[in-house]
Amino acid sequence: MTRWRWAVGRASGLRVRLLLAFTLLGLTTTAVVASGSYFQARRVILQQAQDAAVVSLTDQLITVYPLRRLPPTQDELDSMAGILSDRDSSVVVYYHGMRTRGSQLPEPFTPELREAVRDGKVAWQRVSLKGQPVLLIGTQLMIDQPDGTSRPSGLEVYAVRSLIPEKQSIDRLANLAWVTGGLSLVLAVLLALLAAAGVLRPVRELGRAAHRLGQGDLTTRLVVRGTDELADVARTFNNTAQTLERQVGELRRMESDARRFVADVSHELRTPLAAMTAVTDVLDEEAGGLPGDAGRAARIVSQETQNLVRLVDDLIEVSRFDSGTARLALDDVDVAAAVTATLRVRGWADQVRAELPPGVMARLDPRRLDVIVANLVGNAFRHGAAPVSLRLHAEPNWFTIEVADQGPGLDPEVLPHVFERFYKADTARTRSEGSGLGLAIAWENARLHRHAGQPGSLVAGNAPAGGAVFRLRLPRVAESAGDGGVR
Amino acid sequence: MSRVLLIEDHQTVRDGLQLALTRQGHTVDAVATGEQGLVRVHEGASDVVVLDLMLPGIDGFEVCRRIRALGDLPIIMLTARNDDMDVVAGLEAGADDYVVKPVQARVLEARIRAVLRRTGGETRRAGGAPAGVEQHGALTIDRAALVVSRGGMPVGLAPTELRLLLELSRTPGQVLSRQQLLEAVWEHGYLGDSRLVDACVQRLRAKIEDDSSAPVFVQTVRGFGYRFGPL
Repeated sequence: MTRWRWAVGRASGLRVRLLLAFTLLGLTTTAVVASGSYFQARRVILQQAQDAAVVSLTDQLITVYPLRRLPPTQDELDSMAGILSDRDSSVVVYYHGMRTRGSQLPEPFTPELREAVRDGKVAWQRVSLKGQPVLLIGTQLMIDQPDGTSRPSGLEVYAVRSLIPEKQSIDRLANLAWVTGGLSLVLAVLLALLAAAGVLRPVRELGRAAHRLGQGDLTTRLVVRGTDELADVARTFNNTAQTLERQVGELRRMESDARRFVADVSHELRTPLAAMTAVTDVLDEEAGGLPGDAGRAARIVSQETQNLVRLVDDLIEVSRFDSGTARLALDDVDVAAAVTATLRVRGWADQVRAELPPGVMARLDPRRLDVIVANLVGNAFRHGAAPVSLRLHAEPNWFTIEVADQGPGLDPEVLPHVFERFYKADTARTRSEGSGLGLAIAWENARLHRHAGQPGSLVAGNAPAGGAVFRLRLPRVAESAGDGGVR
Repeated sequence: MSRVLLIEDHQTVRDGLQLALTRQGHTVDAVATGEQGLVRVHEGASDVVVLDLMLPGIDGFEVCRRIRALGDLPIIMLTARNDDMDVVAGLEAGADDYVVKPVQARVLEARIRAVLRRTGGETRRAGGAPAGVEQHGALTIDRAALVVSRGGMPVGLAPTELRLLLELSRTPGQVLSRQQLLEAVWEHGYLGDSRLVDACVQRLRAKIEDDSSAPVFVQTVRGFGYRFGPL
């Protein structure tokens, strides 16, 4: 199907169309010129042969004058025919019912010819005799009368002249026309190919350049040759590519500036946060002993400092994904054990119904797996409702972890946005519940694990029975990008 | 309690950590530059160094190398970034452990206690019951005296390196995962940084192996971890 379509596409391609046009033009011109000159030459040759034959016959006729008495005897008729015949033509003489004897000739003379001759005209006709082209010329001998007029004598002379030499000439002409036609056709095809190449090369270059541009190589430019329409197209292409390169470059610069700004701000925030974090324990310990409002204030400061640290950490993590500097630190882990540890460390071990078949080994970044699982489970508790269930399922090259809750599920309008940064499905949600980057980071972490060129995935959906379901799919053996592997 | 040398250039961070660690019962000697820190190290009045990597003048990596050249004083790096390059470079320079700023005082305190446990009698106990002298080829390990020598010559091992060697050599030929080693040597809970193990193995190999690119004592078992021997 595609092959066929490809063939059709090729057949209607520019090259084929050009080739066909040139060939058709060549054919038509050759046919018109060759056939025109052929027919003209043929007409002239035959005319000349005819004229020559008529002249020669009338010249010969003079030799039989003066006519003896009429009617002639059979012998006189035969001898007259003998005198008139030569190597080119044989002659038959009629006199009313009489006819020259001994002639091999059949009766090719058509009634029209005889009619014309009887009327006293010189008539001729081309006929095919035993497959050979011949010219028939007929005339009637006239008798001069004393009053200056002449009257028909009744002696009809018919000369049969072979046209074979003329036919051969004409055949040669025809052959020449065919050869010339063939040669000019070949020439036309060659010219067509040349022209097609001349037009197609720039077109193909343009196509390739456009493809490269489409692939993202914005530095693509064409060499402009000549001043024709194709050169104009090339120039327009170059201008477009240049504008595109400049604008995309500007956009990228702006984007990377914005990202670097976020990264820089996050790093700058770390130092004051480091000082604040160092003393949050002091605040926590002393808060109980502080009077009323001061104690509450101390606890708020401590709590929000920790939230701020988490937010800055997440921002730095996100900026690492954006700048492409995030790397996997791969290790071989038992997935069930890793998930169990994640749940245990966060005190969720008793609250989550975990189905964890043992013996699922995987080579991945355990810290990132922990981040993802903790995020999904934490999310299920915050936005869904208990019981939260977690199911591990192993395939030959991949494994999946499904985290489901029994809450209201995700709003269909929210579904496409859950992995967006700072996307807040619930406007009433308080800041302290998370940085707003958790699911975005989990999603990036999943994609960072690759196998056979395919990234891991994290998708959100709703269970048929209600409740949100997040499905994580990671490779059993993630590819190491850069360092972080076994040394 | 222990004497902590804190080298940190940001004054508020320094003050905050000093305040918090002092409340935990440590004696904190806080300085702002690597040069001052090295002077204190020379005076020998510290049990553990908490070292910021981003320092004016000589940077944290160089300070780390110089302290390591002097002896086996435990070093905990304080890095403002969780950048892989910094962590790896710091560990290769000889740090025993690292924490990422911002750090809560109790987390840093726990790390200080863990690293200190590796130096003293706890290592002796953790080194394995039958205290005595073991011979592994050219390597002699005295679990009681905590002395390691190779071909009769004593090998100077930092506390973490020694602890790692004791842990591995306790069960020769048996593979220990990075996770197991992290929990046993560094006392990190789940999800410690396995690069700590890798960096420490590198340093240990450089000291006890003839050819650290073809190790005999501490062998890598690809995909699983490390094992001691078999010789």
